[in-house]
Amino acid sequence: MIAVVDYGVGNLFSLTCSLKTVGADIVVTGDKEAVLKADKIILPGVGAFSDAVKKLRNSGLDKIIIERAKSGVPLMGICLGMQMLFEKSYEYGEHEGLGLLKGQVVSMEGRLPSELKIPHIGWNALHFTENETDLFKYIEENDCVYFVHSFYAENCEDSVVATAEYGKELTAAVQLKNIYGCQFHPEKSGDVGLKILKAFCEK
Amino acid sequence: MITKRIIPCLDVKNGRVVKGVNFEGLSDVSSPVSLAEYYSNAGADELVFYDITASAEGRALFTDILCEVASKIFIPLTVGGGINTIEDFDRVLKCGADKVSVNSGAIRNPDLIKQAAMKYGDQCVVISADVKRVDGVFRVFAKGGRENTGMEAISWIKRCVDNGAGEVVLNSIDTDGVKKGFDLEMLQAVCDAVNVPVIASGGAGCVQDFVTLFKTLDKVDAGLAASIFHFGEVKISDLKNTLRQNDIIVR
Repeated sequence: MIAVVDYGVGNLFSLTCSLKTVGADIVVTGDKEAVLKADKIILPGVGAFSDAVKKLRNSGLDKIIIERAKSGVPLMGICLGMQMLFEKSYEYGEHEGLGLLKGQVVSMEGRLPSELKIPHIGWNALHFTENETDLFKYIEENDCVYFVHSFYAENCEDSVVATAEYGKELTAAVQLKNIYGCQFHPEKSGDVGLKILKAFCEK
Repeated sequence: MITKRIIPCLDVKNGRVVKGVNFEGLSDVSSPVSLAEYYSNAGADELVFYDITASAEGRALFTDILCEVASKIFIPLTVGGGINTIEDFDRVLKCGADKVSVNSGAIRNPDLIKQAAMKYGDQCVVISADVKRVDGVFRVFAKGGRENTGMEAISWIKRCVDNGAGEVVLNSIDTDGVKKGFDLEMLQAVCDAVNVPVIASGGAGCVQDFVTLFKTLDKVDAGLAASIFHFGEVKISDLKNTLRQNDIIVR
């Protein structure tokens, strides 16, 4: 059973439908017991970092997610959910993340060529890095996925498994052992996205 | 780099897809769910659903259909038509829409864009403008292109973007349904005024019109069309191949 963590941030309709489409056995839950019992965890998220992390902490789910991830349970963060896996975010201030991955989340503002529009919205090609991952076993380099974000993770050389070129190579996906993350939205990335979710669900 | 997007638009009334020429003489084309599935498989980058129903029953039916589409099709969905309040945003976002496009609703209540952007983020709010030349000036039209608001279009669009609209759909009433190409002059004026994605709508008649669009206006992010896709005059796979041959980056 995969727990899709529902902590009151964003809408999980498309994500749950896409997981069901790849045959995953899922439960959408904000219940600590259910997350504790799950054999995989997906941490979604949209909106502001500080808000989301606060909600996760207030619910007490942060500790359970960290504990389960450290004991080897496959965990995947999506979009803001991925960003929360890192040590810190500088989105409107300075905020502690879950600290499961090395790196920080920073704004694109001032770090990209000025002619580029922010947020980075749309379909962009994945460039694989030298770090190994089993997330991409059903897809190919340069397959496109759908992004919507204004902040990105950096200083995460040990976990980055794919980047997307937008003025610079932006962190698109990460994996370190059982901890996975996608900056893009696999649930909005057509067949390629479904194949990435399938690969994770088979872990 | 970000790819240029090809977006079929589905006007939905009473649960069916319709498309008017110059907004009049609607004709029934097909089922929204099967068309959406077809387009997603064919390589459409995004779908736009416009609810052109007036009745409450029609609106409920539209919402049901949207849920059904979003449970089967995993590409970005934009919804427009009948969006007048924050509750309308909520209603369609819950059904799996990613972006919500406002037109007459923003004209009636200019605060709507600001409120929605604060609540759901700029990326979620699209300003859709129906624009027509009147005595040489670009004017915004309301009510599906039937009513001249008297507002100058470029400053209106700029104001909407300043208020938080994260994307612009520019529909030229002058070229809509004429099938002789997009309104490059009007698009250029909008691209010069805003720094958010601009989607060209109205006028596509053939594959070459999209090539011309992207070659002439580098800042246009997407091309939107309806009937040429619905009636199979332009196949999305052929269109994308031709764009690729012309060094335009597509998915």
